[in-house]
Amino acid sequence: MKYKLEAKNIDVFYGKLKALNNINIGITENAVTGLIGPSGCGKSTFLRLFNRMNDYIDSFKLNGDIYIDNTNIYDKSVLVDELRKNVGMVFQKPNPFPKSIFDNVAYGLKIQGINDKAFIKTRVKDALKQAALWEEVKDDLGKSALALSGGQQQRVCIARALAVEPSIILMDEPTSALDPIATAKVEKLILTLKEKYTIIIVTHNMQQAGRISDYTAFFYMGDLIEFDKTDTIFTNPKMERTENYITGRFG
Amino acid sequence: MTNGEKNRLKDSIFKYIGVFACSIGLILLAIFIGNIIYDGFNRIDWSFLTSLPSRKAEKAGILTAWSGSLWIVIFTFIIAVPIGISAGVYLEEYNRKNKLTRLLEINISNLAGVPSIIYGLLGLEIFVRLSNLGSSVLAGSFTLALLILPIIIVATREALKAVPSSIRAASFGLGATKWQTTWYQVLPAASGGILTGVILAISRAVGETAPLIVVGALAYVPFTPKGPMDEFTVLPIQIFNWVSRPQHEFAINAAAAIIILLAITFTMNGIAVYFRNKWQKKINW
Repeated sequence: MKYKLEAKNIDVFYGKLKALNNINIGITENAVTGLIGPSGCGKSTFLRLFNRMNDYIDSFKLNGDIYIDNTNIYDKSVLVDELRKNVGMVFQKPNPFPKSIFDNVAYGLKIQGINDKAFIKTRVKDALKQAALWEEVKDDLGKSALALSGGQQQRVCIARALAVEPSIILMDEPTSALDPIATAKVEKLILTLKEKYTIIIVTHNMQQAGRISDYTAFFYMGDLIEFDKTDTIFTNPKMERTENYITGRFG
Repeated sequence: MTNGEKNRLKDSIFKYIGVFACSIGLILLAIFIGNIIYDGFNRIDWSFLTSLPSRKAEKAGILTAWSGSLWIVIFTFIIAVPIGISAGVYLEEYNRKNKLTRLLEINISNLAGVPSIIYGLLGLEIFVRLSNLGSSVLAGSFTLALLILPIIIVATREALKAVPSSIRAASFGLGATKWQTTWYQVLPAASGGILTGVILAISRAVGETAPLIVVGALAYVPFTPKGPMDEFTVLPIQIFNWVSRPQHEFAINAAAAIIILLAITFTMNGIAVYFRNKWQKKINW
């Protein structure tokens, strides 16, 4: 079976601290893969390997290879800005730019040097529709994105990522700052997005992982303890530690 | 006396110390400004603003002084602002943190506290003599630019620091380069703070006297500068010159010129405060 993304023999260090220990994982195309585990287990670090967001941390050091569509993305020939056009990211706290809704979603196109206004308009509209936000904001696209509710802001951020048409979307606890209703909307959205995109999502919320992810990886203290179909992880985990975490006995 | 009473007494004592501390500066400033206005306000008229300096106090005006100040401020602005902002952006956004850069940062902050006369001596050697600019507007502007660079750099860095890193992460995450992130997101978000710093730095330059005396600004200039290589005088030097004369009429002239100088600095500070408030209202992270 071919994987969309593959991590091979991954070790990550922050200075002397080893944050990830010999991780091997293959991620399936057009599916949602959930990364779960207690705080500090390395799941966010792992997620950020796929769009090289850890590169900004001075003490960061990586051993091993990450492949996307069989290309090693840490190879010297890979341009980081090109990589990130293919791998979008949604962050923990909604972080829209202090600009209008339209400018937020159009930003990714603008920095690619695209000037065709009609084209940008269509893309923005499509992205907002895909993010299930179009109906709510179509009449005031000029409004500041910061004036929206938290849930709407997060969907602006998702639309912003979709507008550049990536094939992979990384989500770092995208609903942790949202109320239950907004969370439900974003979860529903994720389930529709997986038809077109490969999604990796970090979540603290066990039920959320159960609801939306097809595959689940359980991290603990920098180790990948178990990785399997979500059903298997939740109903029939092989490792005792996984079972303890999922049933709430620790973590 | 119970403990509660003691604490309340301490509390109210400190309140009065605070009120006293705050009023001292304000009262002295009010007395000073009142005194100046009483002496000089009636002296200000159109001919005072448009006359050349003169031996006769009633004929003397500040045309050369304020036009010299204007020239100096414009050139100082042109020189200091692009360099200062670029340096601030580099230190805050591009620079990797290590021992060398930390040393650089500490020294830039220290430079903001170096007495201005030292900058004057530096300017005299480098710009007036070595660069052969003479006692020109340009030499004076370079010297003042040097003086206010640290202020602009520090203000730029503070403004950039106030921009949340989540904005940078969002921009990088979409494939933006560092320059695109800085230019499209970080600088616009920090522009209010940077502008405030720039205006405060410029109004500092307007009031500086010592470095310009060292560089060779003249006390008596019977012409306004026609170009950046001309000799010049500025308002503070004109004021100093008038104050040091024995005749009372010149003291009145000085008071009038001080009012003009204060009006310029207060206006610039007012603009700075206006932009800061506008900016703070606009962005609620």
